[in-house]
Amino acid sequence: MGDRSLLVELGDEISREVNQRVRMLYYSLIDRKLGGVVELIPSYATLLIVFDPLKISLTALKAATLRLMETADPSRIPEPRTVRVPVVYGGDFGPDLPWLAEFHHMTPDEVIRHHTATTYHVYMIGFTPGYPYMGEVPVEIATPRRDTPRTHVPQGSVGIAQRQTGIYPVASPGGWQIIGRTPVRLFDPAAWPPTSLEIGDAVNFYPIEMEAFTSWQP
Amino acid sequence: MATVAVMEVQASGPLTTIQDRGRFGFGRYGVAPSGVLDSVAMRIANLLVNNPEEEAVLEITLPGFSATVLTDVVMAVTGADLGWHQNDQPLRMWRSHRFQKGDTIAFRELNSGCRAYLSVGGGWEVPEIMGSKSTNLSSGFGGFDGRPLQKGDVLWSASPQFHLGAARRQFDLNAVPAYCGYWELRVVLGPQDHQFSATVQDLFLNADFRVSAHADRTGIRLLGAQISAEEGRAESILSEGVVAGTIQIPGDGQPIILLGETVSGGYRKIATVITADLHLLGQVLPGDRVRFQAVTIREARQALWRLEEMIGRFRDSLT
Repeated sequence: MGDRSLLVELGDEISREVNQRVRMLYYSLIDRKLGGVVELIPSYATLLIVFDPLKISLTALKAATLRLMETADPSRIPEPRTVRVPVVYGGDFGPDLPWLAEFHHMTPDEVIRHHTATTYHVYMIGFTPGYPYMGEVPVEIATPRRDTPRTHVPQGSVGIAQRQTGIYPVASPGGWQIIGRTPVRLFDPAAWPPTSLEIGDAVNFYPIEMEAFTSWQP
Repeated sequence: MATVAVMEVQASGPLTTIQDRGRFGFGRYGVAPSGVLDSVAMRIANLLVNNPEEEAVLEITLPGFSATVLTDVVMAVTGADLGWHQNDQPLRMWRSHRFQKGDTIAFRELNSGCRAYLSVGGGWEVPEIMGSKSTNLSSGFGGFDGRPLQKGDVLWSASPQFHLGAARRQFDLNAVPAYCGYWELRVVLGPQDHQFSATVQDLFLNADFRVSAHADRTGIRLLGAQISAEEGRAESILSEGVVAGTIQIPGDGQPIILLGETVSGGYRKIATVITADLHLLGQVLPGDRVRFQAVTIREARQALWRLEEMIGRFRDSLT
């Protein structure tokens, strides 16, 4: 893409297998530390390699990437972590929960049960710092985005868009259906790494009460 | 090293932020680079005051910024001509000047371009967050407390007294880029250009676009010819990484040139502005006209080398 990035397409669908290929190449490139590589941005099905064209040519980068794809060693890839995320569902923190329950002809508690019963896969971090795109939301509660996005979604908000679920690590505009809020801080610019979730992680949500939210200690 | 208070902001103007070359290597965490939009102007501004080329500068968008100088310093302004004044006297740009305690500086009128870059000998002193002094406005970190400058803010610099000898350095005015309001931007097509018909690709490369009122640090929205993907294709694609200069086509067919505040996007990307022309994007104003010209990777590399040679000649002339 352009004269200073290489977009490696490893598939064209949302699937864990494709995403695992992205993750494999991503970690191989981190391991390889190619001179001139400025950024690696893994996503659902592609890996974007941003480079400094004064330090490495596109041709050389392409060749090195193809070699890595052939020789990548799966044993060097970090094991995905499992992260448990507490959520206060509904109320002021989850303003779309009642509508979403009505939309699916179920009670808010049933929506919460579906949302917490699944282990989600982090497909990518994008949109805003630390924002995890996770799937798959059970079909029973998969819901389209809001017709009109909100201009301000508070930090920690947990949302659903179709079969994806996500957490807003910083306040931002957003169109996902907001069903709850977590006290966990997903993005801290002063921490290393600055985000608590990475591509490939497994995430489980569990419900907490408001008292646990206000007294939450990281 | 003694850190010294060098300036107090009297008026912020529409948007003034601290930026350096940007925060790179954190795209994997969803952190966009931010950074100056016109990196050529930043590098020249720093060379003029004997700073490292990628030191932080003030990025001043449109006229309105003014400040009081608090100690003896050397400063320079490059980029947009926003009517730079010292104590009510117009000052030459692309040249470093000495200032004394009590002087005032002001940016009074829009003559050309969009963003001016103010460097101080010794650099603007703010903490580095993830290796950069750049302000990330949408997430509120970096730069000056993660926000635009406001009236009353006091800006500091590290050892400005060691840079006083850099006064009266002058950049070759013949090498100053022209900000004429009509931009011919060179692009490399792709990666989803093949999802647009040949007719639409031709249209994209031959149309005159107008810059809409929605042009800020996140992107430049264009108005004009309808650039629609082939029939039967969904409006969006799977979200994936983007770079500054990427031209994405949303459902309404009106191109958006992304700048350095975005790491990923779910719209098709028809082309990307070449590295050598990226700095021009910082000077584009609403109402300006834009045309795209497709070039090869080889041509893009040659253009970048020529740009680097131009900066290199100035750098060499200083020693």
